[in-house]
This record gives sequence, C-alpha cells and structure tokens, in this order.
Amino acid sequence: MRAAVILFPGSNREGDAARALRQATGRQPDIVWHADHDLPAGIDLVVLPGGFSYGDYLRCGAIAGRAPIMDAVRRHANRGGLVLGICNGFQILCESGVLPGVLMRNANMHFVCRMQHLRVERRATPFTSSYKPHQIIKVAIAHGEGNYEADDPTIEALEKDGRIAFRYCDSEGVAGGASNPNGSRNDIAGIYSERFNVLGLMPHPENLIDPLVGGTDGRGLFESIAGFATA
Amino acid sequence: MKARIVVTLKNGVLDPQGKAIEGALKSLGVEGVASVRQGKVFDVEIDGDDRAVAAQRLRAACEKLLANTVIENFNIDLD
Repeated sequence: MRAAVILFPGSNREGDAARALRQATGRQPDIVWHADHDLPAGIDLVVLPGGFSYGDYLRCGAIAGRAPIMDAVRRHANRGGLVLGICNGFQILCESGVLPGVLMRNANMHFVCRMQHLRVERRATPFTSSYKPHQIIKVAIAHGEGNYEADDPTIEALEKDGRIAFRYCDSEGVAGGASNPNGSRNDIAGIYSERFNVLGLMPHPENLIDPLVGGTDGRGLFESIAGFATA
Repeated sequence: MKARIVVTLKNGVLDPQGKAIEGALKSLGVEGVASVRQGKVFDVEIDGDDRAVAAQRLRAACEKLLANTVIENFNIDLD
C-alpha cells in the first residue's frame, strides 16, 4: 500500500499520520508538498493531515483547498483512489468541494481538546472494515471549527445513503446532548463521499495507535486501509 | 478601481461569534441591540478601468475563494 501525506504550510499532524500509516502498512508514506501539481505514481491513498494550514486565515482550509496539489487529489478521488482528511484535512476537503458541507465554529465557541467516544456507523468501507459493527471507539479531538453543517437536502442524502462515517456519542454509544462536543448536525464526526473512497473526519485516530499514549482505538482505521489496499 | 466586498452568513446559519458579541454588548449595557451577525470586509484594488470587467473579476474572486457559498452571501460594491 502506497500512501502520500500532503504537507501544507501550517500542517502539524503529518508526522503522526505518517507514523500510523507506517505501523499499519509497514511502509513509509511519501510526503508531498502542496505546491506540486501531481501525486507520485502508484499512490493508493492520499492523506490530508491535521493542523492549521495558512493559519486558518479566511476560513479553515479555504486557502489550502485551492492549492495546486488539490486538483491532483480531486483526480485521484474521481478515479476511485482513497483519500483521508483528518481535522484540518476534513475542512480542506469540504472547502475544496470534494466533500459536501462546511465545518463551522464550535457552537459553544470553545476550542475542544479532549478524548471523545465515537460510534462507527458503517463497517463495510475501506476505512472501517477492521472495526466491529457499531463499535464504540475512544479517540482524541482537538479543534475549534468542527461544527459540521450542510443544508437539509445534503444532510438527508448523507443519512439516507449511509454516508455518516462516525458519530459523536457517550461511552455507551448514545449520541446527542452533552456527548456532542461542537454542535455538529446529527452528531456527525465524519462523512464519506458518494463512492465511500473519501473519508473526512474531525477526530484524530492517528494519535491513538500506541498503548503508551492513550490507547489503540485509532489503529483499526489504518489497518482497514492497509487491508483494503492489499485485498 | 477600488471595491469593497462584504461577506455575510446566510440567514438561518448559526453564528456563534455574532451571538457572543451580542451577549458582550448587552453585558456592557449597550441598549437596544436586537441581534448581531458577524461578517467579513475585503477592500480590493483592481487594475484597469472597465467596470464590467472588474465586476466580473470580483465576482470570480468571491465565488472561487472569498465566500463559501454553502453558508455565505457576498456583496460587491465597486467605486
């Protein structure tokens, strides 16, 4: 499995993403600069890492979403290649139109940095096949703009087509209320593209791959990707 | 030519920053504030003197970058 991690000015989780990929796939991903126009040949997965690209100027992910490399990422997605956007990467995917909707300021105005339970909403995708159906996982969240919003027809379509990847929930798997950290519509923490080859999510599974630092609930996502690529 | 572009949230889109500002104004004792919505202003200088061309370029700027039309409206005021 060959992966590329895109580096934007202000990205800061690219090392974590690379480490998680290396652990799951046994292979070091390529790091690709945002000003490049092409991805390296033979790439299976593109990762847009977390961070604060362009200092969150204008809107989170807005300027990175128009970077030269994004045309190549779009082409990769259109031909069925895997794309994973984590946190700022999710914001970039929404700003570039690869995924629908927008990540707005958290409804409570606070930057949230804590552990958070998520419910795996759908198992049969390239990103979640290693999890159990509706497994509850505990991962880190760290964002100020993670409040997912879209118009009603878009939300209805996402729900109807099973494109909600993860929902914020409590330790029992119950969504809603205080378990929603940012006011996201329908407790949405991550969504898929129409063909399920693009995943954007606010939480950081790449930080939960080592029992020494908080748990390993994030491993399943990277192991799923590794398994999908070799299948 | 100079232009001022104002980007505002569409009606119905929750604006937590506007709400916080509204609350702060009320707590400062500023009376009669019914609601506050926060937006952005861009002052743009544009080359040439063809107003129609300038308007077209500014519209492209808004649609491509300055506004996220999922949640925002924009208004272009050309001097």
